Amino acid sequence: MEIYSQISANKNKTWLIMLLFVVFIATLAFIFSKALGYGLSFVGIALIFSGLISIGSYYYSDKLVLATLKAREIEMQDNPLLFRTVENLCIGAGLPIPKIYIVNDSSPNAFATGRDPNHAVVCVTTGILSLLNKAELEGVIAHELSHIRNYDIRLMAVVAILVGFIAIIADMFMRSLWWGGIKDDDNRGSGNIQLIFLALGIVFAILSPIVATLIQLAVSRKREFLADASGALLTRYPEGLASALEKLEKDKTPLKKASNATAHLFIENPFNRKSSQNWFASLFNTHPSIDERIRILRSM
Amino acid sequence: MLIPIAILGVVLIYVWFIYNGLITARLRVSEAFSQIDVQLKRRTDLIPNLVETVKGYAKHEKELFEKVTAERANLMSANGANEKAKANDGLSNALKSLFAVAENYPTLKASENFQKLQDELSDTENKIAYSRQFYNSNVLDYNTKLTIFPNVLFANLFAFKPSEFFGVDEGDKKPVKVSF
Repeated sequence: MEIYSQISANKNKTWLIMLLFVVFIATLAFIFSKALGYGLSFVGIALIFSGLISIGSYYYSDKLVLATLKAREIEMQDNPLLFRTVENLCIGAGLPIPKIYIVNDSSPNAFATGRDPNHAVVCVTTGILSLLNKAELEGVIAHELSHIRNYDIRLMAVVAILVGFIAIIADMFMRSLWWGGIKDDDNRGSGNIQLIFLALGIVFAILSPIVATLIQLAVSRKREFLADASGALLTRYPEGLASALEKLEKDKTPLKKASNATAHLFIENPFNRKSSQNWFASLFNTHPSIDERIRILRSM
Repeated sequence: MLIPIAILGVVLIYVWFIYNGLITARLRVSEAFSQIDVQLKRRTDLIPNLVETVKGYAKHEKELFEKVTAERANLMSANGANEKAKANDGLSNALKSLFAVAENYPTLKASENFQKLQDELSDTENKIAYSRQFYNSNVLDYNTKLTIFPNVLFANLFAFKPSEFFGVDEGDKKPVKVSF
């Protein structure tokens, strides 16, 4: 019954995140309309805007993620081994067969996205296809299919767009504060605007740890462990995923097109963790340690 | 007056929920079974083609072809999970000896058509294994629902019967002998 309560928790969390996003943008708009005297119609526009983004993220987040990664859909004849692996595991899990995408990148990684099992996508990089053998690939695909069955994909895709949207803006403002500096003596007229940007930057800087915590909340460690466990139940061979994770850990090629917003989608953190140890990046550590996951898989 | 009616209502709603739960579980089992059927059908469809191909290279292995054809017919006429699982195992054994014989014919082994058929058959066997796994987990779920309390009371009342597993290992079916 664990799996069914996880599914409904995921569905509820998705709505919560969408609602929080609308509330957050509306509040921000309200503060600025007060400060600048724009009136309440500004808040109305912000509400409509954020509502549209929210609904759009629910329906189109998978396509957006796939587009930013430049993934292409494959057919049976393009890669029979991968296709059959997905097909067979779907039969075993009683899932409809998802669309299969490949990203042309030598960094080994994989993820699943979509909004429900009927609109799901499994995406792998060419790197993971050349790195893993059949049993290991099965382990990885089974892990991704478990994300699909548990509705993790819906929550993670919505998080990727909405929370990622805020995270990216926060990231940008932090950088411009650090590196851009404030040049105020050139132009008197732009002073006001710069002040607004400074205020925005500070607001976002304060908010980004909260946003990061939100991501952590949504992308709990439990989810990855649960997907590992139900994936192992599906293949009846936990060693496959364990040795795949081991290989993934050794390979340190970073995924070129991944960003903070999409990091939590992948089976393994797409960034080279050892080289990104500043505090801001570490807030976005979305995955439990691989060693721990391997240890649990090996003890099954 | 009101209280007994309320209690009766609650009990009826409770029974209704149990009934629906059992119906859903049973539907899942039959749906999972039709998945196995699809794959078994695919397997039996591949066999005439395979036999024809092998015949072209190894004409005198008549006995073998007859055995495979008989096992195929046996599988096609089988009914129910248990019977089908047995017939499927029989076909697997016959095919195993067919492929073992094929090892003796290098030109057959090298034939593209044969390799393709062998590939498709092994893929179908994998699919049967996975659909069997899905079916058996649904059967386990349904049979558990039938036997736990209080469902067991209504399961008999509404004549729900436990489903058969598909292909339980021989060792599991034999009664355990205890000798002192």
